[in-house]
Amino acid sequence: MLTINNLHANVADKPILKGLDLSINAGEIHAIMGPNGAGKSTLSYVLGGRPGYDVTDGSVDFGGADLLDMEPFERAAAGLFLGFQYPVEIPGVSNVQFLRESLNAQRKSRGEAPLSGGEFLKLAREKAALLKMDMDMLKRPVNVGFSGGEKKRNEMVQMGILNPRMAILDETDSGLDIDALRIVGEGINSIMRRPDKAVLLITHYQRLLDYVQPDFVHVLADGRIVKSGGPELAHQLEEYGYAEVVA
Amino acid sequence: MSQAVFPTRRDESWRYSDLDALASIWPLPAPHIIAVAPGDHFEQSILIDGSDGKAAVRHIQMTLGKGATAALYALNIGGKFGRVELDITLMEGADFTLGCAQIGGADQVLELITTVTHAEAGGTSQQMVRNIVGGTATSSYLGKVAVARDAQKTDSVQDVKAMLLDRSATANAKPELEIFADDVKCAHGCAIGELDAQALYYLQSRGLPPAEAKKLLLQAFVAGVFDGAQDEERLKSLALAKLGELV
Repeated sequence: MLTINNLHANVADKPILKGLDLSINAGEIHAIMGPNGAGKSTLSYVLGGRPGYDVTDGSVDFGGADLLDMEPFERAAAGLFLGFQYPVEIPGVSNVQFLRESLNAQRKSRGEAPLSGGEFLKLAREKAALLKMDMDMLKRPVNVGFSGGEKKRNEMVQMGILNPRMAILDETDSGLDIDALRIVGEGINSIMRRPDKAVLLITHYQRLLDYVQPDFVHVLADGRIVKSGGPELAHQLEEYGYAEVVA
Repeated sequence: MSQAVFPTRRDESWRYSDLDALASIWPLPAPHIIAVAPGDHFEQSILIDGSDGKAAVRHIQMTLGKGATAALYALNIGGKFGRVELDITLMEGADFTLGCAQIGGADQVLELITTVTHAEAGGTSQQMVRNIVGGTATSSYLGKVAVARDAQKTDSVQDVKAMLLDRSATANAKPELEIFADDVKCAHGCAIGELDAQALYYLQSRGLPPAEAKKLLLQAFVAGVFDGAQDEERLKSLALAKLGELV
């Protein structure tokens, strides 16, 4: 579903990704771990098309299309979802309005009919319940006054509503308390663990992987994948640290 | 009293005006004079849309009697030169509310000139002004609040914000206070900025095309200006339509 080939990317003219290769098939959950500054967030933003992240070499194929050639909104319509490490607060714009317009914009570009207000609210209510989020919060401005954990849960509600083929979740576990971590983990499983979907989890810790069992674990260091393995690799990292395992 | 002499840029209140466009509608009609009787309530919506593409100027002189309340809601979206000029005088305990949005693109010149005079004690006034300009358009707010010596316990607020859609657009904001009483509250705030790039990217990452994302943020920016107006829906939909042309 996603094939990354020899990806090089700069941020402010500084090389961050230096020849990254990664292939993710439908039905798979991959986790990327790695020390601070390895390029984990850069990878997620490059895949999400954030301005300021310049791809200097390599290619990314997403379901047969050239991902790097698409605008951010086209990537979303093609079924890519980026869960932000730091979700943005947007005063004055309600979650519900934002998500309904986003979903309908995606549907329009896929040639599907828009959802009516009633249909959308039903969907939103269902996904909010899944993440144990109060509907009232969905009516409030996007992320304004939300705690760190609420913002992350809101990301997952958005993912549920937008129903992507592929989710890249950048440190979705940071800022979550124990109960919220479990709720978010179960949310990811119930929304994304399907034969036709795939997930790339970017995380520092084993904790989230206890709830969302990855099929593959990769270590990213200095802009490249330096080691890949099964779920046991995450445990080794937790026990011995990056320096030991990667060496 | 109608202005007898064609203004020059040396007249402070015409400093940023498009005098060429003004010449096309000179001489101006006499100001509209409104007297709100003691204890009465008055509300009016003002729409400057100069759909002929030329100039449109509205000048209102209003006096609020003791304990009277008045609310003006103004949407200034053009022609070439659109100007709203308000001279408001408040007697004892009167209350004045202004909500104004100025939205322009291309080479439009839009301006709001207010003089709010608290002539007697206990008056309150609130002005909320939002400007959105793109292209080489100019928006100006010249707002004077004058508090007479006997107008103790005056409470006045000027809340002015401007959003520049392009670096080539101009926003002028000049609050001016002239206070002769010693027990008053006169708050004034001005902010001029650009759309938040992070928020724009966040919205686009969920599937909103750039123009839709901008429109949503701008809608939030002007939200609140027309809240509570009898004409609220009409003004909001006209403002939204104008925003749709700009993004």
